Amino acid sequence: MKRRLADAPAEAPARPRVTTSVTPGAPRGSRAPVASGAATAALGVLGVVVGLRAVFGAPLHASIGWLVPFAGLRIDLDPLGGAFMALTGAVAAAVGVFAIGYARREHWARFPLVMLPVFVLTLLVVPAAGSVTTFLFAWEAMALTSLALVLTEHHRDEVRSAGLFYSVLTQLGFVAILVALATLSSASGSGSLAGIHAAADGLSPALRSGVFLLTVVGFGSKAGLLPLHAWLPRAHPEAPSPVSALMSAAMVNLGVYGIIRIDVQVLGGGPRWWGTTLMVVGAASAVFGVLQASVSADLKRLLAYSTTENMGLIAMAIGASMLLGASGLPSVAAIALAAALVHLVAHAAFKALGFLAAGSVLAGTGLRDLDRLGGLARRMPYTTTLFGIAALGATGLPLGAGFVGEWLLLQSLIHTPQGDNTLLSLVMPLSVGALALTTGLGIVAMVKAFGIGFLARPRSEGAERAREGSPTMLVGMAIAAIGCVVVAVAPAALGPALTRVASTLPSVGGGQGPELGAMLRLPGAAGSVSPVVLAAALAVSVALVFLLVRWGAGARPAAAVRPLWAGGGPALTPRMQYTATSFAEPLQRVFDDVLRPETDVAVTHVAESRYLIEKITFSTAQADALEERLYWPVVRAVAAAARGVRKAHTGSIHLYLLFGAIGLLVAIVVGR
Amino acid sequence: MSWATRILKVGRIVQATPAAPARTVSPPTGTRASLQIRHVDAGSCNGCELELSGAFSSVYDAEQFGARLVASPRHADALLVTGVVTHNMRSALIDTVAATPEPRLVIAMGDCACNGGIFRGGYGVAGIVEDFVPVDVELRGCPPTPDQIVETLRKVTGR
Repeated sequence: MKRRLADAPAEAPARPRVTTSVTPGAPRGSRAPVASGAATAALGVLGVVVGLRAVFGAPLHASIGWLVPFAGLRIDLDPLGGAFMALTGAVAAAVGVFAIGYARREHWARFPLVMLPVFVLTLLVVPAAGSVTTFLFAWEAMALTSLALVLTEHHRDEVRSAGLFYSVLTQLGFVAILVALATLSSASGSGSLAGIHAAADGLSPALRSGVFLLTVVGFGSKAGLLPLHAWLPRAHPEAPSPVSALMSAAMVNLGVYGIIRIDVQVLGGGPRWWGTTLMVVGAASAVFGVLQASVSADLKRLLAYSTTENMGLIAMAIGASMLLGASGLPSVAAIALAAALVHLVAHAAFKALGFLAAGSVLAGTGLRDLDRLGGLARRMPYTTTLFGIAALGATGLPLGAGFVGEWLLLQSLIHTPQGDNTLLSLVMPLSVGALALTTGLGIVAMVKAFGIGFLARPRSEGAERAREGSPTMLVGMAIAAIGCVVVAVAPAALGPALTRVASTLPSVGGGQGPELGAMLRLPGAAGSVSPVVLAAALAVSVALVFLLVRWGAGARPAAAVRPLWAGGGPALTPRMQYTATSFAEPLQRVFDDVLRPETDVAVTHVAESRYLIEKITFSTAQADALEERLYWPVVRAVAAAARGVRKAHTGSIHLYLLFGAIGLLVAIVVGR
Repeated sequence: MSWATRILKVGRIVQATPAAPARTVSPPTGTRASLQIRHVDAGSCNGCELELSGAFSSVYDAEQFGARLVASPRHADALLVTGVVTHNMRSALIDTVAATPEPRLVIAMGDCACNGGIFRGGYGVAGIVEDFVPVDVELRGCPPTPDQIVETLRKVTGR
């Protein structure tokens, strides 16, 4: 993403529409978007109902032999899977309603309209899968449908590049998961997850550890954890916004689900280095993700990196609970586990809302570049308010959705009794530091996204012509916003489900988690906070200030409207405003070694005299440093190897026949 | 004797100030607070600026009489304009007066601001302050001395 500040064209480049060439778009007023959105939302509601029934009622079992070849489809829905299914369903319900209006505005073709509910269906099946084959089948179906949806606007180069990145990394992850689960299945002699769980204790430690590492790689790539995160900041921005919301708020959760299901539940935890590994990976993802988010000038890219950050925090919390569980501290481990689950719900709520609001901005302005946005508070007041709720949630400040989870995580890290345990006394303080840095930088990123993107004056024509989202889009966002507010103000609503889910995970102190009442209390630790009281205090003080202002209004003269004071000079122009790039510049400077921004200043002199300057071009590009240093060497090596192999392809059919003969000979000799 | 009691015993040591002069205008704020002044150089030779900095220095200390210089017309009760109004500063002066909240005062300081002084009729001169904005208080002198400035400001602040 290259941006030029000096000689930037005044108007934004027109965004190509899907309907232009080959793909016939749904005609205006067509029922197809309604059908697709309604089907998605209905599937979501179904997911919520079935999921909650599994959480609070008896586990569901079903087996459909003919649906998947050879192995059949096997469904085992326990409280853990039910909770993920309900969460996915809730996200899908909000996205489905939003998609009705969005697909109309963006003139979606039939293909994505059909794929959207199919994607939701696969998302719902993954946490319900009871056998290895069903799980892998659903997992791959989910990957393929999401890839198809990412490629909705496949005529753009960036989308194709994102699709390539996504397909390579997701298949890499799938291979890791396939090997891990196939190894587990053959070693334990059972195809069902319950059967593997029963035989898990008898497996050799080396095999268990190998499976753990493979699942961290495989599920970590889906959750967007380092170092396999590179698809996330590419695919999420380029996918249509409802799809981004589904991927970022529901699909990445399933990566976390995989880690919890296989490593914590099926294998029943492991040695302490498992938890430590997960904490290191999580902390690195959180810090790296939030750093990239805070310097990103693309609204959806910023949100995508924020997903890496939050998934990192969740992985850190799961790692902490595994480490504490293995260290014989079940009560603190239970707090960390609760932190992971609460933050998962909170992240799903605020990230779904964030991406939907970004979609509303994209549909209303055709822009997602923060440097060209601004002034939306006037023109899109509802979207602005809703995005504000999402941004507050992402900051981890009190009364934001992310607060409760991050607070619980912090408490579990601080209140760990370290004793003479060297590992704990080393890991926990460092994790507190990583969490503090992440939260602080997260506030910078979200202040930037909201302040630069929605406040101030419009920076381009597109932003000036912004129009508010359609009613269905607003309703979809409002559903997600309600989720945010509930998690932020009344986390007690999550309490019963949390207890039920934790009870399925005895290895990390399940069943004795923190008390999520009106007051959050921690068993065995001195810490409590009450979001309800905080919210009430804030509401009362705001009401008080409002009343006082109204009361004093009579004594003051009427307000006069005067032009903006510009220091006596000509009127201020939107180009004089702070931009996202300039807002992040100090941070970019501080973290120069990590971020490695590319800046270039080119000075053009007047032809007659080199003392006079005609123009100065300043360009800066912020690439993913990890991607540059980790991925491109591999890509270059593969390309070089491919060039070597190409030498053997001369086009001579005789040579190819010879190759075939040699191959056959080798096969006969080896397989003799 | 500790330092605290010594401070108490010595009390304030200041030069005796002359009695407050009578007010020439009602203070624009209508309150007991200090008069906040924004200084505008509309095209001065900087002689007035030198004397003005003297008036607000520690020797003359105009602030003790409730006059204070501020950085923006948005914060100001009064504008203190020095110099003739040049073509380049004309619109800026008008904008600055418009940006000052009402009720406001405009004080024209120095002969140039009041009647053009030695620059009257110059090729870069658009006029005097009164030609463009209403003037409430005039302060003659080329340049006025800090004593005169302080005295005029005291007539406005009433202290």
